[in-house]
Amino acid sequence: MKAAEFDYARAADLDDVFRLLDGAQGEAKIIAGGQTLVPLLVMRLARPTLVVDINGIAELSGIAADETGVTFGAATRQIDALEAAGVARHAPLLKKALALVGHPQTRNRGTIGGSLANADPAAEIGLIARTLDAEIEARSSAGGRQIAADAFFTGAMSTVLSAEECLTKVRFPVWPGRVGTGFEEMSNRRSDFALVAVACQVAIDKAGVCTRIALGVGGAEPVPVRASDAEKRLIGTRLESADINAALNTLAETLDPLSDVHASADYRRRVAVHLAARTIASARDEARA
Amino acid sequence: MAEAKFRYIATKRRPKEDRRFLAGAAQFVADINLQGMLHAALVASPYSFARIKSIDAKVALALPGVHAVVTGAELAAATEPMMSGLDAPKLFRWPMAHQMARYAGEWVAVVVADTRAIAEDAAELVEVDYEPLTPVTDPEAALDPASPAIHPEHGSNILFRKKWTWGPVAEDFAGADRRLAFRARWHRSSTVPIETFGVVASWDHARQLLDVWASIQMPKYPDQLARALRLPGNGVRVHFDVDVGGSYGVKRGLKHSILAGFLARKLDAPVRLIEDRLDNMRGGDAQGPDRIFDMEVAFTNAGVIRALKIRALDDCGAHAGRAPLQLGKPVGAICGPYRVNSVEYEAISVTTNKTPQEAVRGFGQAPTNFALENAVDRVASALGMDRIALRRLNLIRADEFPYTIPSGSAYDSGDYHAVLDKALAAGPYDALIVRRDAARAAGKLAGIGVVTCLEPSGGNSSFEPLFNPKNDTTTWMEACSIKVDAAGSITVSMNTTSSGQGHETLASTVVGEVLERDPETIRVVRADSLSALPSNSPVGSRMAIMLGGAAAGAAKKIKETAAAIAAKKLGVAPAEIDYADGVFSVRGEPGKKLTWQAVCETAHRRFHELPDGMEPGLQAFHVLEVPTGGTLPTADGRVQMYPCYSFESHVVYAEVDRVTGQVTLGRYVVGHDCGTMINPDIVHGMTYGGVAHGIGAALYERFRYDDQGQLLSGTFMDYLIPSSHEVPDIAIVDHCTPSPLTAFGQKGSGEAGYLGGPAAISCAVNDALAPLGIFLAELPMTPGLLGDLIATKQK
Amino acid sequence: MSSHAITVTINGRVYRATVPARMTLVDFLRDELRLTGTHVGCEHGVCGACSIMFEGRPIRSCLMFAAQADGASITTVEGLAPEPGGLSVLQDSFWETHALQCGYCTPGMLIAAHALLMRIPNPTDEEIREAISGNLCRCTGYKQIVDAVKLAAERLSGKNQNG
Repeated sequence: MKAAEFDYARAADLDDVFRLLDGAQGEAKIIAGGQTLVPLLVMRLARPTLVVDINGIAELSGIAADETGVTFGAATRQIDALEAAGVARHAPLLKKALALVGHPQTRNRGTIGGSLANADPAAEIGLIARTLDAEIEARSSAGGRQIAADAFFTGAMSTVLSAEECLTKVRFPVWPGRVGTGFEEMSNRRSDFALVAVACQVAIDKAGVCTRIALGVGGAEPVPVRASDAEKRLIGTRLESADINAALNTLAETLDPLSDVHASADYRRRVAVHLAARTIASARDEARA
Repeated sequence: MAEAKFRYIATKRRPKEDRRFLAGAAQFVADINLQGMLHAALVASPYSFARIKSIDAKVALALPGVHAVVTGAELAAATEPMMSGLDAPKLFRWPMAHQMARYAGEWVAVVVADTRAIAEDAAELVEVDYEPLTPVTDPEAALDPASPAIHPEHGSNILFRKKWTWGPVAEDFAGADRRLAFRARWHRSSTVPIETFGVVASWDHARQLLDVWASIQMPKYPDQLARALRLPGNGVRVHFDVDVGGSYGVKRGLKHSILAGFLARKLDAPVRLIEDRLDNMRGGDAQGPDRIFDMEVAFTNAGVIRALKIRALDDCGAHAGRAPLQLGKPVGAICGPYRVNSVEYEAISVTTNKTPQEAVRGFGQAPTNFALENAVDRVASALGMDRIALRRLNLIRADEFPYTIPSGSAYDSGDYHAVLDKALAAGPYDALIVRRDAARAAGKLAGIGVVTCLEPSGGNSSFEPLFNPKNDTTTWMEACSIKVDAAGSITVSMNTTSSGQGHETLASTVVGEVLERDPETIRVVRADSLSALPSNSPVGSRMAIMLGGAAAGAAKKIKETAAAIAAKKLGVAPAEIDYADGVFSVRGEPGKKLTWQAVCETAHRRFHELPDGMEPGLQAFHVLEVPTGGTLPTADGRVQMYPCYSFESHVVYAEVDRVTGQVTLGRYVVGHDCGTMINPDIVHGMTYGGVAHGIGAALYERFRYDDQGQLLSGTFMDYLIPSSHEVPDIAIVDHCTPSPLTAFGQKGSGEAGYLGGPAAISCAVNDALAPLGIFLAELPMTPGLLGDLIATKQK
Repeated sequence: MSSHAITVTINGRVYRATVPARMTLVDFLRDELRLTGTHVGCEHGVCGACSIMFEGRPIRSCLMFAAQADGASITTVEGLAPEPGGLSVLQDSFWETHALQCGYCTPGMLIAAHALLMRIPNPTDEEIREAISGNLCRCTGYKQIVDAVKLAAERLSGKNQNG
């Protein structure tokens, strides 16, 4: 398990990144934390001619959090995000998910942007990005663009990013008002990738009526998905059990899960509905508290 | 034999070998770095079954840094095929595929290069032309004579099939009040040590000697390696001072070693072949039992189990190796710890296009215990009888030992009821029942598993003649030698590797005990295979019994010799010498004495003071035959399998999530009796680890294949080893019934925990699922399996 | 393939070397520097046997390339003891509870536990289990490892001067 030959370059700044990517005829890979890329390299499942290291680029790491949003430089370590007070305050759903990303040692090295760019179907950070409609910034020598999370993932381990683009930032919008969050995942071992993960954020008014809800499901389909029909049915309710159960019938019908050695599609569908009910309830309770 | 009589044995003592591991200063095989060492990488078959039409290595050989590419055909021409444990002269197996590849991942060619990375680069460039064949992947389909023969010369996919009947099975079944039958499925898993297998071989042409360092745990390894390489036995020198990073049975890389040895000779350079994890999982030939049990039980209305019929069909993969013999060891404990009047046992081993098996902790006993314990629970359930009461009724009583079971093995000693009671008390069982019933009342699926299982120990090899009448091996000895220098320092020499069992602590504790010298001051070294005395390596839970016994035997000889020297110097008969705390004295005249050092110095320097005929120096060795060993099976297949029988009773609480099917283990207690524990921390550690391994086999670990024979769980992302989150806090309750057959009453314990763990967890899960009317005898019980099963019952 | 001159401080000593791009950090430590205390178990980031302290945090050295470590400060198992030839309180506590058998996962386990105790001097059982959850051990069932970390925490905080 030794990687095939490649060239390595440590980029000094973003312009350096773009120059390196442009010069590699689409055969370059960016390395940040390396927690997903290195296994692919040593198993020779990825065979770039050039690996561009973005770890030394100051503007790619850092966290800015305020009442409107939490923005991460792409190379921000997961551990730093997990421990940041601003994340706990303004993006509690992300914090809940980050605690379940890999192991302590992979969180110390793994990055927010790296998890998004590698787009594992079961990755927690991608699920939260999809659930909260995060805005992803990508830049290249041709300029920059903002990509909505719902347009970002194109399949298992694939995104809309071109080989010349570098994911630079991701911004998780903060919802105003009385907000609660819930995150649950089912994995074989606690630290494994989820067979199914469900994230939920709700906002309620003073009467306890749901004014806004985001319900995302990861691990079930090749990309994280939103339970849009269920969301629509839940807005305007008080998120009581009956409301939740009624809404989740549509989730069971619309979800089109994967089947693999670990679990059948039916299993994932049942568990998604089950976890969705729990996350909605806990988000509701948190919002009410 | 009361434990209090021991000075060092059975007391808490820091294991001797731990320090080097903690300092990062151990020597594992991958730490060995020889001048000019070359690196091997393998070309593996992508097909589970294919004819190899041609191999073209031209491009690979042209890569800078590449020294050689060797194909299976070249290797087969230059080496003897590896032996199987069966009388099957037309089953051929070489380290690399020859003419046919029989499983996906089987080695087809090897590349040797300056670095492993270059070797992997070149391995990708070796062009192999395959003709794919239709694989056989279902063990029951392999029974069909019409299934494509994986070894055409052998003529059938059945490697071994034999039925034994011990006692009046037909009469007992006919006369029983009740009968039941069920199928139990133990899917393929293994021990999967964190260190993969590795070997370094170096050929010294000037001395015509092959030096070998390997992460090996294997009986007769040097002999078999020399034989395969067509070298005399003394032409191979295996270095046993290599630390082995876990094995639990599987570290038997004979094929790797033959290949490395061949390459070292061919290239006249040291060659290193270290599996990477992908090599290890797929092509390391180290997967474990894969078994279908068809169980039948005959019993009375009162709950007395009268007779068993067991049919065990094992899918051994593409090559026989020793896998079929893993159906043999359970013959020595075929009815578990229970009084059963008669047993029929049919053992069938078939070949399929999957990775071959290797010996796994317990050598087939853990799957058998799983099937037996589920049978006992099913009997209780059928009768509406308490599972524990049923066990108490059928367990062999303490006053019945030695107890001979229908298949001919005598159990040495035990107090099964006492250990069960201790485990239940430690639960405490009553509280667990309250907890379970409260959980059920709250709508949860909760259950308790209570099992009583045996660990046959002492590592005899009686299954060999049982499964192959042409093999008349009746000894499985172990040796130890001791040297004492002129200053009285003691050096003990053992003759094999260790893979975490603490043998240096074992040997030094035993020798210190006999010689009344502090084990801290005793050094334990390892001979190489040319200077070593006979050993059969640490398999079959045997080293406490066998190395412990051999070390005690050698130490007693040292003590006798030293006492004789002291007697002559003090002018009395040896029988009048007392020895205590390093002082030889004349009985009744404590003033007349000699120190240990003085006697040792005399032995080395003053021949004129030695008793007549005594050799100078102070040294001894002892070669121990297995207690109760030495005999062949009877014509009807009755055999004394292992000498000693350790016993364990597990009590485990489990909850199963109704939707996710996830099993959460709560309280976990093991009552354990392995006789005298030489070092309790070591015994407890192996037991905790055995339970953890059992949790893996019960809930997480499975080598899965698709119907084309492609391995689907070949990485640590999908072969799931329990982490610290999955293993609960385990409580061990000790009990000590000494063995009458061993030096200090010790029995084996290297397989403890694993032999009862999967059984216990499956019984707990079945207790949890019982309210839904589900009985599932299939391991591992993964969330995906349980979740789907529960869903079908709840609809 | 590019090669890279790097300077790395390991266990307080400065090493300079030129490494090929594809050489992982663990292979550099083991094969080039002969610091063989750090082990390789899976090479795909799951088992934790290759854990080292990198810039003060525990990471997997199989998931980095040596070229990426230029300028970094690293501690391996060989550097845990306060003085050459000694054992740290944590290492000694592992010995006291026999928190190892084959010893192969042990260096990684020590690194994980060392990092935990730097961060949380008196961890709960759950915190210990979480900290070592990325380090697979096949021998011990983790029990004596958890005991060792608790014992080390007690000793380091002065609660257990003798044990």
